[in-house]
Amino acid sequence: MSINLQAKLVANVTDTTALEMKPTRDGYGTGLVKAGEKDPRVVVLCADLAESTRSQWFRDKFPERYIELGVAEQNMATVASGLANYGKIPFISSYAAFSPGRNNEQIRTTIALNNIPVKIAGAHAGVSVGPDGATHQALEDVALMSVIPRMTVLVPCDAIEAEKATIAAAEHPGPVYLRFGREKSPVFTTAETPFAIGKAVLLREGKDAAIVACGMLVYRALMAAEELAKEGIEVAVVNSPSVKPLDADAILKVARETGAVVTVEEHQVHGGLGGAVAELLARAYPVPMEFVGAQDRFGESGEPDELIEVFGMGTPAIIAAVHLVMTRKVAPR
Amino acid sequence: MSHYIHDEKVKELEVKANEIRKSLIEMLIAAGSGHTAGPLGMADIFTALYFHVLKHDPKNPEWSERDRLFLSNGHICPIRYATMAHAGYFPIEELKTLRKFGTRLQGHPEREKLPGVESTSGPLGSGLGQAAGVAYGARMDGKKFRVYCAMSDAEHDAGNIWESVMFAAANKLSNLTGIIDRNNIQINGITENVMPLESLRAKYEAFNWHVLEVDGHNIEQFVDACEEAHAIYEKPTVIIAHTIPGKGIEEIEFDYRWHGIPPGSGPTDIFAAKDQGAAFLAELRTLGGKIQSEHE
Repeated sequence: MSINLQAKLVANVTDTTALEMKPTRDGYGTGLVKAGEKDPRVVVLCADLAESTRSQWFRDKFPERYIELGVAEQNMATVASGLANYGKIPFISSYAAFSPGRNNEQIRTTIALNNIPVKIAGAHAGVSVGPDGATHQALEDVALMSVIPRMTVLVPCDAIEAEKATIAAAEHPGPVYLRFGREKSPVFTTAETPFAIGKAVLLREGKDAAIVACGMLVYRALMAAEELAKEGIEVAVVNSPSVKPLDADAILKVARETGAVVTVEEHQVHGGLGGAVAELLARAYPVPMEFVGAQDRFGESGEPDELIEVFGMGTPAIIAAVHLVMTRKVAPR
Repeated sequence: MSHYIHDEKVKELEVKANEIRKSLIEMLIAAGSGHTAGPLGMADIFTALYFHVLKHDPKNPEWSERDRLFLSNGHICPIRYATMAHAGYFPIEELKTLRKFGTRLQGHPEREKLPGVESTSGPLGSGLGQAAGVAYGARMDGKKFRVYCAMSDAEHDAGNIWESVMFAAANKLSNLTGIIDRNNIQINGITENVMPLESLRAKYEAFNWHVLEVDGHNIEQFVDACEEAHAIYEKPTVIIAHTIPGKGIEEIEFDYRWHGIPPGSGPTDIFAAKDQGAAFLAELRTLGGKIQSEHE
């Protein structure tokens, strides 16, 4: 049992110190430029956060297709709706706490119900925002967006996947929510790693339990699996960037093969990836589950790595969740 | 005297507006729910838009060069539906399906259901931003069509609209014309009691818009204002149209309680008694001097 070669991860994936470190928002920046080069209809809107959301990289390349909104996330959503209604492919950029945090109704009505293909980029999601504190640490955004009909929700695991997700969003005919982080995290996928909306990828094989993860905690899930292997516990790790639509086949497969599932995400345990996986398994193949994420609480100031640990989303917490879920496994059916 | 519309055409549109009001009352009675005051008050403006001002093609609602009319206060959609039906977008008979299961005429308008409504709306304050987005995109591509956004007065309580007002002015979206239905009522009462809006003109001017004020029941004035807006190149224009809510039926006019109920929706409310539909249809004021001249 080991890394799935089909995932085409970097060669030295377990050597944390050797990996390049980049925030997923960088992948948004490079993805925007590539999407803009491919399609002249791509326009980028930003609510006074060009540098930190990396929409500035698009502005530098295509200034005539960059639209400044000022600190006005509600208007950004409605203007983008109009631009897409006319025929542009708009990306709206802010922190997830504000977009979709503040403009949720505008996204629901003028984008999703209106069936207008706006792409919503929520940066600085999760406690890993760090010192800025709870106001800026969106932990509810995936739930807010997933519950809206027609919305696709993507949570990329590293900068390379973030770039792929951004380009895929531009080509997708409907509205898309893209979630990015502020803090640098290991780049462990490659250009060859499969990515598609609606698809999950098995990163590591295992028979004793399965971890289904999204976002930058996917790498910690892999590290947890490595640690567990030293104890003789073989854990499958599935990267599920497409929280909606969920890759039911891939997740059911590991649930059947292992009989125990842990979800891992930098989000409230309610309404995010964990909720989506639980809804799937409850209907199709119930197995014991544990949920790693924020346990119905707000974040606070601190250093990103420190907060990930304190809020129970670090490698030790993932390992503990695997141990716990395995104690609840029932005999094979 | 107008340079943009002949007296004969004005007369013709006034008659048309009255026919549309009759359809409006009939559809609201058939629906058994819906808004009465706002739609009646905007009948003259919607008639002027669809039968004179807008470049559009009822047989080809997706025509790419059409003028766009966004309706921000979606709850007055019955007047849009009635006017569109009279303009030839769909059969007038279909108006009776308003708010019924399976209808294209949803209680609040949906773009996906009915071609030609441009946008799904209802939650207030978000139409102007969408209209500004279209205007911005169209200007990027050198398109010549114009974008209109009909708004209520009370939706100016909402912050989103003022964000959009700032954006449109900052970008000098002169291809955008706002139209405010200044009827002074909202659900909880008179606008100036619920949340004062005045001085609306001064507010828009302070936000660097060109402001025109018209009698919203004077088709000539409204058409002239739309034409003047075309001639303003350095800023967006807003037309504050002073209207009478419930215009055309004396019992409804000026009464804020008619905001969200249909005729005949009684039996307990005296202002919406059970058998009043026929009486209202009979009362609808004809051109016997009532529509325009009473404001002269």
